[in-house]
Amino acid sequence: MNNKKRFFAVPYVVWMTAFIIIPLLIVVYYGLTNVDGKFTMENILAMFTPINMKALVYSLLLSFISTVICLLLAYPLAMILRNADLKSSSFIIFIFILPMWMNFLLRTISWQTLLENNGVLNTILSALHLPKQHIINTPYAIVLGMVYNFLPFMVLPIYNTLVKIDDNVINAARDLGANSYQTFSKITWPLSLPGVISGITMVFVPSLTTFVISDLLGGGKVHLIGNVIEQEFKFKYDWNMGSGLSLVLMVFVLISMAFVTKYDKDMEGTNVW
Amino acid sequence: MKRLLSLVMISSLLVLSLAGCGQSYDLYVFNWGQYIDKSIIKEFEEETGYKVLYDEFEENEDMYAKIKSGAAIYDVICPSDYMVEQMIQEGLLQKLNYDNIPNAKNIGAQYFEQAKAYDPGNEYSIPNYWGTVGIIYNKNMVNEPIDSWSAIFDEKYKGNILMINSIRDGLGIALKYLGYSLNSQNEKEIKEATDLLKKQKALVQGYFVDQIRDKMIGNEAAIAVNYSGEAKMMIDENPDLAYVVPKEGSNIWSDNWVITSNAVNVEAAEAWINFLCRPDIALKNFEEIGYSTPNEAAHALIEDEETRNNEIYFPGEEITKRCESFSYLGVEGNKMYQKAWTEVKAY
Repeated sequence: MNNKKRFFAVPYVVWMTAFIIIPLLIVVYYGLTNVDGKFTMENILAMFTPINMKALVYSLLLSFISTVICLLLAYPLAMILRNADLKSSSFIIFIFILPMWMNFLLRTISWQTLLENNGVLNTILSALHLPKQHIINTPYAIVLGMVYNFLPFMVLPIYNTLVKIDDNVINAARDLGANSYQTFSKITWPLSLPGVISGITMVFVPSLTTFVISDLLGGGKVHLIGNVIEQEFKFKYDWNMGSGLSLVLMVFVLISMAFVTKYDKDMEGTNVW
Repeated sequence: MKRLLSLVMISSLLVLSLAGCGQSYDLYVFNWGQYIDKSIIKEFEEETGYKVLYDEFEENEDMYAKIKSGAAIYDVICPSDYMVEQMIQEGLLQKLNYDNIPNAKNIGAQYFEQAKAYDPGNEYSIPNYWGTVGIIYNKNMVNEPIDSWSAIFDEKYKGNILMINSIRDGLGIALKYLGYSLNSQNEKEIKEATDLLKKQKALVQGYFVDQIRDKMIGNEAAIAVNYSGEAKMMIDENPDLAYVVPKEGSNIWSDNWVITSNAVNVEAAEAWINFLCRPDIALKNFEEIGYSTPNEAAHALIEDEETRNNEIYFPGEEITKRCESFSYLGVEGNKMYQKAWTEVKAY
């Protein structure tokens, strides 16, 4: 039996080694060497130059805002879904996941068309004699893009933990005299925390590292840390610097992962994937 | 058991990936994306019997990295002006034998003259396409004649300007506007240009390359910086647009056929360049791609008079005279420009 399990694991191990571990090692190698292949910390320390720091802080800020907005939108929705009957809740989830079957780039480009100065949104607004909104190529558009693209990653883990809460626990709290607020703060919220934490990570990490959303919706005016790294690779052809900066960014990713494992011991929230 | 299995898996992976390399070709061509009428490749194969492997690149820098590292060997490639100079200096190109490329005589003398800026003896390169960088503007949204770069730095057009997202073009424009060379390596001049571009950042809608076409056609902005070939395509779609090469001067660019120093089949490479310099082939290419051809014989063959005399495609000497080609800046120079542009983008 054990041998059989191993047998089935082989393709997975090959895949992991070839496309995750080896590339990661290459990034570490490039990040810690200079053009001549000598060891250096320069690429890591480059993160602390004013320009890169500014981009990093700005990225942290924007992804923090997007995460908060996602949480505020997702939690009530997950509550509604939990209380809805099975048929309608699975339908709502289906609707929610549907756009994710479309390519991520395509969805973001369509936001461009929607938000443009003469785009769909403004055409509707001006037809209603409302003032035009200039959202495209501003940080607002980027936050909108992040929220739109990553919201399902917040809803699903929260929903997943919420449906697992036994109704009897909530009923017991009510029987013992807790009002709705107390029931929520003492029972529902703490029990849903693993889902919330993994939702936060799954929104925060991709938002922090994105360069496509800021490129497409920010018009190249908003310089996030993802764009800095992209430029190192694409325009400056400095793979060493790009890898070094990626390594620093990876620290933030690892911190978030540590958070998840601390709060989500049973991997309840991430189970959905 | 497990180890053996993974060995088998890995080796079968390797074999699979190598299997694709079995076929052999007589000529390896490396060109810009969307830069040729693909039927020409077939015609060439039929006429000469050489089998062609045709690959495309997106940026000079991509192409350079592949050639320089030896990761890929190509016989004939099509780099831009400054990249030709860099590759000559690094010994990556070989001298052309014009005896085997008789059709080179179709290329206008003035284009060879311009090429001397990056290929002093015209020994290594033959121009393939060329064009200018200028301002494309919407006549309905701008009610004054535009003839200067000052328009893209004008408060009046705040939020209505699309700037080009390119290191050399972006800084080049600012340098030209300030009256300097767009190949300047003077730190003070570059600093001035950088400051100007930083100030401009509040005025621009954004920094784009490919998106400019759609945005200008859709009346999204009043003014944009772009290449002549693109401008012509935009004007064909939206007649309210107009193109001008500002009076302060601008960049005149060219992409050129060259043969690499480690080319395997020089004969086939020469045949390729010769074929593309043939007037009917150059004309076909021009009509499909829409970038200006330096091929005078092909130019004379253009039937549509309006196109033949079009100022955007074929600007007169009074315009090209005030334009300057990019030259290779060297490693330090490149770093200086990259740093300046990053400062602007991060401002």
